[in-house]
Amino acid sequence: MTSIAAEGRRTRPNALSRAWAFVLRHVLTVYSLLFFLYLMLPIAVVIVFSFNHPAGRFNYTWRGFTWDNWLNWNAVPGIQSAITLSLEIALFASIVATALGTLIALALVRYGFRGRGTTNLIIFLPLSTPEIVLGASLATLFLHSASYGLSIPFGFWTILIAHIMFCISFAVVTVKARLIGFDRHLEEAAMDLGANEWTTFVKVTLPLIAPAILAALLLCFAISVDDFVVTYFNAGNQVTFPIFVWGAARVATPPQINVIGTAIFGIAVTLMLVNVFLQNRRAKQG
Amino acid sequence: MGLGFLHRHRGSTPYLLLAPGMLFLVVFFLVPLGFLAYQSLESGSIDFGYAFTWAWDNYSSAISGYGTQFKRSFVYAGIATAIALLVSYPVAYWIAFRGGRWKNLLLLCIVAPFFVTYLIRTLAWQTILSDNGLVVRTLGSLHLLGVLGQDGHILATGTAVVAGITYNFLPFMALPLYVSLEQIDHTLIEAAEDLYASKLTAFFRVTFPLSLPGVVAGTLLTFIPAAGDFINAQLLGSTTNHMIGNVINSKYNELIDYPAAAAMSFILMAIILALVLIYARAVGSEKLTG
Repeated sequence: MTSIAAEGRRTRPNALSRAWAFVLRHVLTVYSLLFFLYLMLPIAVVIVFSFNHPAGRFNYTWRGFTWDNWLNWNAVPGIQSAITLSLEIALFASIVATALGTLIALALVRYGFRGRGTTNLIIFLPLSTPEIVLGASLATLFLHSASYGLSIPFGFWTILIAHIMFCISFAVVTVKARLIGFDRHLEEAAMDLGANEWTTFVKVTLPLIAPAILAALLLCFAISVDDFVVTYFNAGNQVTFPIFVWGAARVATPPQINVIGTAIFGIAVTLMLVNVFLQNRRAKQG
Repeated sequence: MGLGFLHRHRGSTPYLLLAPGMLFLVVFFLVPLGFLAYQSLESGSIDFGYAFTWAWDNYSSAISGYGTQFKRSFVYAGIATAIALLVSYPVAYWIAFRGGRWKNLLLLCIVAPFFVTYLIRTLAWQTILSDNGLVVRTLGSLHLLGVLGQDGHILATGTAVVAGITYNFLPFMALPLYVSLEQIDHTLIEAAEDLYASKLTAFFRVTFPLSLPGVVAGTLLTFIPAAGDFINAQLLGSTTNHMIGNVINSKYNELIDYPAAAAMSFILMAIILALVLIYARAVGSEKLTG
């Protein structure tokens, strides 16, 4: 009697754990693939509708296939200048933010100094502040600047400053992650072999953290090109690409918006694929 | 410790490295917050200008006038965060434990939606959720349209706004989850199983607690931007779904009522901070910093 009871007790968790193992093995895979399908659904819509031949002002229902939108991607007034402005801002903002962020990351990882905690807090705060507050507060600074005798008109420079501001923290976090896992012995070896500090930095340190700097550059570029909220508060009458889309969403959505969206997506994914490929090759080489 | 040239100017080098970036953040992030605080206590009108008068009633009238929008922001953000956590945890687990050599590619798939401009992504959801779209028809045939939609629509309802927020901030949830799951030492799980824990017990007693830092990070990274968002409510909702972000945006950019917008921004930040602290207490503050 007791042995049967014991057996029953033993088989029940077994059946349960076998069921759990089955869930983990197959259901999880199927679920994950469905999840990726869900992630890709809106992107597929964006790409497909870039080839649409819409009847009215809005591009919501499928009317037929055409190459026209791609061939005349800049036929919509204002779209080309909006993209140019977005790319210019993203280029400058990502370079400046990455440079400033790399220096901060070097200081944080390499040195013990007073005010470290405060520094970390100031880096962390912009990441945890809602964008609308970042945008409104910076705009308030520029609005008040006139009453302090240095008038900063809203436009290119205010957008650039805004983008550098919210990109710095992302650059710091990205470069810091790489510096923490850094083998110091390589630098010591270089110096033992007679290299001076500057040569060691340029020939050893910089090449080793170069992938992180590149990653920070790309991340900042992507965040900058995509930003709407902070830009909207600080742009004045300048129109970046997201602001163009915002304006268009109210009156008309030309399929050219989808063309540009698809193009940005294609370029970004290609860059990331190249990066993944290079990482895999490096891993294989050991 | 460190490079040689660090020894020579030990005292000043870190500060020289920090100075340009930190100066930038102080001038263009911290000081503006001060200006916003100052502005939140001004009174006046667009025509006659605003002046500082310690106008604390900007705060009380923001709460009494827009309490609904504040509450809605946190309810929508809370629901979206919970759904994002439940939906993306299994996938993060799958990539971390079963991704093998496809890990990097799968992670790329998770961040890929990021590369389609935020606004365009949200406009695509307008198409998907529209009345003759796939979702409305599927829900209709499942007789769920009455539960999730309103008068046969999904677009311009709270459901659409929450769906949009969930989707748009999903990578913020999935990536930290993946990072913490990926770092788990598999031998710990094996040890639990060697000690006769079932797979289920091992998951809830070992894997899940070890992934908590990722859960905390993902929750905060999703909830904070979601609570301040106004794009989803604007493009996928109607005026009855407006969140506090919509109010701040229209006060600041359309009605030029700067003091009211500034006061609301600070209330938003204060509530977020309070919720984060409560949350940190509940899950253990060492998980937040660690």
